[in-house]
Amino acid sequence: MALLEVRNLDVRFGLRSGEVQALRDINFSLERGERLGVVGESGAGKSVLGFSILNLLSQPGYIAGGEILFEGQNLAAMSPKQLRSIRGNRISMIFQDPMMTLNPVLTIGQQMVECLLAHRKISRKDARRIALQKLKQVQIPSPETRIDQYPHELSGGMRQRIVIAIGLLMDPDIIIADEPTTALDVTIQAEIMDLMLELCERNSVALILITHDLGIVSQVTRRAMVMYAGRIIEQGPTREIINDAQHPYTQGLMNALPQMAIPGQRLNQIRGSMPPLQNIPTGCAFNPRCDYVLDVCHRELPGFTRSGGCKVACHMVAQMKLEEEAAVHALEVK
Amino acid sequence: MIAFLIKRVVQAIIVMFVISLVSFSIQDNLGDPLRELVGQSVSEAERQELRDEMGLNDPFLVQYARFAKNALQGDLGTSYFFKEPALEVILKKLPATLELVLGATLIIMLLSVPLGVYSAIKPYSLFSRAVMGFSIIGISVPVFLTAIGLIYLFSIELGWMPSFGRGETTQILGFWGSGFFTADGLAHLVLPCISLASIMLPLFIRLIRAEMMEVLQSEYVKFAWAKGLSPRRIYFLHALKNTMLPVITVGGVQIGTMVAYTILTETVFQWPGMGFLFLEAVNRVDTPLIVAYLIVVGAIFVVTNTLVDLIYGLVNPTVKLAGKK
Amino acid sequence: MNDHVQTLDAPPSAWQRFLDSHLWHSFTRDRVAQFSLLVFVAYGLMALLAPLIAPYNPYDPAQIDILNAEMPPSWEAGSDPAFWLGTDAQGRDLWSTILYGTRVSLAIGLCAVALQAVIGIVIGLLAGYRGGRVDSLLMRFADVQLSFSTMMVAIVVLAVFQATFGTELYQELAMVMLILVIGIAEWPQYARTIRASVLAEKKKEYVDAARVIGFKAPRIMFRHILPNTLSPILVISTVQVANAIIAEASLSFLGLGMPVSEPSLGSLISSGFEYIFSGSWWITVIPGAVLISLVLVMNLLGDWLRDVLNPKLYKG
Repeated sequence: MALLEVRNLDVRFGLRSGEVQALRDINFSLERGERLGVVGESGAGKSVLGFSILNLLSQPGYIAGGEILFEGQNLAAMSPKQLRSIRGNRISMIFQDPMMTLNPVLTIGQQMVECLLAHRKISRKDARRIALQKLKQVQIPSPETRIDQYPHELSGGMRQRIVIAIGLLMDPDIIIADEPTTALDVTIQAEIMDLMLELCERNSVALILITHDLGIVSQVTRRAMVMYAGRIIEQGPTREIINDAQHPYTQGLMNALPQMAIPGQRLNQIRGSMPPLQNIPTGCAFNPRCDYVLDVCHRELPGFTRSGGCKVACHMVAQMKLEEEAAVHALEVK
Repeated sequence: MIAFLIKRVVQAIIVMFVISLVSFSIQDNLGDPLRELVGQSVSEAERQELRDEMGLNDPFLVQYARFAKNALQGDLGTSYFFKEPALEVILKKLPATLELVLGATLIIMLLSVPLGVYSAIKPYSLFSRAVMGFSIIGISVPVFLTAIGLIYLFSIELGWMPSFGRGETTQILGFWGSGFFTADGLAHLVLPCISLASIMLPLFIRLIRAEMMEVLQSEYVKFAWAKGLSPRRIYFLHALKNTMLPVITVGGVQIGTMVAYTILTETVFQWPGMGFLFLEAVNRVDTPLIVAYLIVVGAIFVVTNTLVDLIYGLVNPTVKLAGKK
Repeated sequence: MNDHVQTLDAPPSAWQRFLDSHLWHSFTRDRVAQFSLLVFVAYGLMALLAPLIAPYNPYDPAQIDILNAEMPPSWEAGSDPAFWLGTDAQGRDLWSTILYGTRVSLAIGLCAVALQAVIGIVIGLLAGYRGGRVDSLLMRFADVQLSFSTMMVAIVVLAVFQATFGTELYQELAMVMLILVIGIAEWPQYARTIRASVLAEKKKEYVDAARVIGFKAPRIMFRHILPNTLSPILVISTVQVANAIIAEASLSFLGLGMPVSEPSLGSLISSGFEYIFSGSWWITVIPGAVLISLVLVMNLLGDWLRDVLNPKLYKG
């Protein structure tokens, strides 16, 4: 049994102007200790996916259908109390902006200790000892003084280390990291990412890394999913996706990387922009921007086609696969 | 701490200086102290002589210096009407007004926080809608109409509550006549305190609700949920502590404002406090009393603002009261 | 898509744009806002047309007979059909007096807020656009002014004037004094909000563009920046008129506002308060209800506007 298995997840926002589907038929699984990358433009639904896994969507968002099975238990149908025993304990989250993630009026120690006390029956003193130990693990200098300071007294990089320490506090099974280094200085991004990966590795924690940065995904994850307009359009082994992207959107993303451009020439941007969720075109959501668009793309939502180790939601890929198979079949017949 | 105190003291001195200047110009322009002293029957030459003698023909600054010197020694002149030192007359009425403000503040604090927090947590519930409905009606009813309505209903129609005065008071600390320790005194406090609170309570509920709703959307509250904390801890520690910061700042100013509204409440309930006295003084053109009232009220403003800043500094860790970095 | 087509054909008329706006759409759905606007317009008409509607002129001593004093409204026993809302303690027809009183209250509220807005907008634009020392000086001034309670300042100023001028002269000047005091005391509300939106607008490109083209500062401020700060101005104004009407009523109640001979709603309530103990409740209650409903609908409209336009208002 996979550690986490998401089946047919459907997330909606009940807005006054009508329902908006933020996520549709999301299917994936995560093994113990595995690293999974989630890539996409902003607004593709990456963060919503991260929050839905912990059933943390705030009004007016809600899980309209599907299952989120964590060790076989469905998080989407759990009581608030059961959910609390999993959040921060078995599955924890690391947010994007460390400047906003820590409560400005509570000390670092208070924010760590409260988490330990919420999940374990231990004394305040023991909780503080564990907190100190975790601060050392994330290489905070002089943790004994830092633990009694307030967030505003620490730098951004330092705060993200603390957020990571809080994420790892209960030795969880899964960490969901939503753009954990985007808000940081470029110079310390790599440092923080390395620290996080090393700690996950050491404690065999599974990592779901949500990012818009294909480079990071290719470096650190074994499997990846590409999201577009609330849907996973391609998923599979990272290496395959990077080296041989099937979906035109993924290809576009790869071509848009600066290292793919010839120096002195313009970057190969994908034309147009992602449609807002209220206004997704019928058929394939990518059809207005796609260079290979077919008639069927305007009519039908593409299903998934297996291609190598990947699953791709694209009519063109499906058709090519069919033609290929027909050709192979024809050869065999001959 | 010392740097903070020095800053506050300097500010307080400036504010009091401005108030004293205003007060002095009032005293200088309003009413003729000579007439109050000697009446109409004195000849013009004698008047001039007296004016010189009393220093009324001195330059403005000299007169102001004299006024300030006396004021610093607590001498704000003698009330024309009561024939007593004006400051004493005012201070005798101070406890009545302060108890009124205290009672109203208690009502506001005890009700606004739970109601504001609840309507922020459950914005769509029936109760929250009712609270918000009442609060908008509340800010639309002038304080004197609330007072009149309460008197009409509870004193005239039902006869449950006394409609005017302070009732029976007990002396505490030797000089403070308090209505908090007798049943009669408390009964007299109820309606005035409710009317005084009625103007501020809706404002506070709306303010707390708006701030709390904003805080509940913040990243750190989402992170607190992701940590698996109990709702009680998230609402009442993580969110409420951040909500209260702006509320304290605004609230401090509003409690100062309440002193102004005591004038209205005291008038309707004939409450023997400073505000009631002040209006009487205005009608009698009792200048020293008007001036004394202004200075006492100014002092109350300064003290409340300082207290509010202090509390804000204690609650908000990003503000350092101490001079150290 | 639609916008695109329209700009190609012809620029939409202002009326068309209004009908397409979020404001109008939300208005058509919001019952409370519709009702509030209806009531407010009704009061506005009553105030405007008071001399035409009112059966008597309460300012004309010849039409007042003290023998008619304290007549109850028509549905109570002992009423006179000539006065359907009864009469006040001086024998004036209450309905006429309320009509004229609403006129006075609304006039003072609107004029005072117009004054606040003019002072506040000019200072706010200046502070926000100039920035630097001008800005910090003006805003410090606003802070100081706000830290004194408006009500307190108004009471003290009016009390001192009344004592200086004597009651007689003061009553003649009351309306002007009320407008001046309420108008001057509350300008920081506008100034701070306008300044905040100017600072936000200033960063945008069109202001730079206007400057590059060579427009002068006043033109940029009034022609280009000001129109973009309209929604906060609209929201504040609605609530401020409501507050000004309450302030006026409170001051009149204390005897520092409109005289009984030319009453606003506040002074009418004040004059009736003495008679409430002897059973003549209507002199207080009816104008009180008019005052409350007038202020209430304005506050409801203000709330609705704030929800719809959602401008960045200055807090604190």
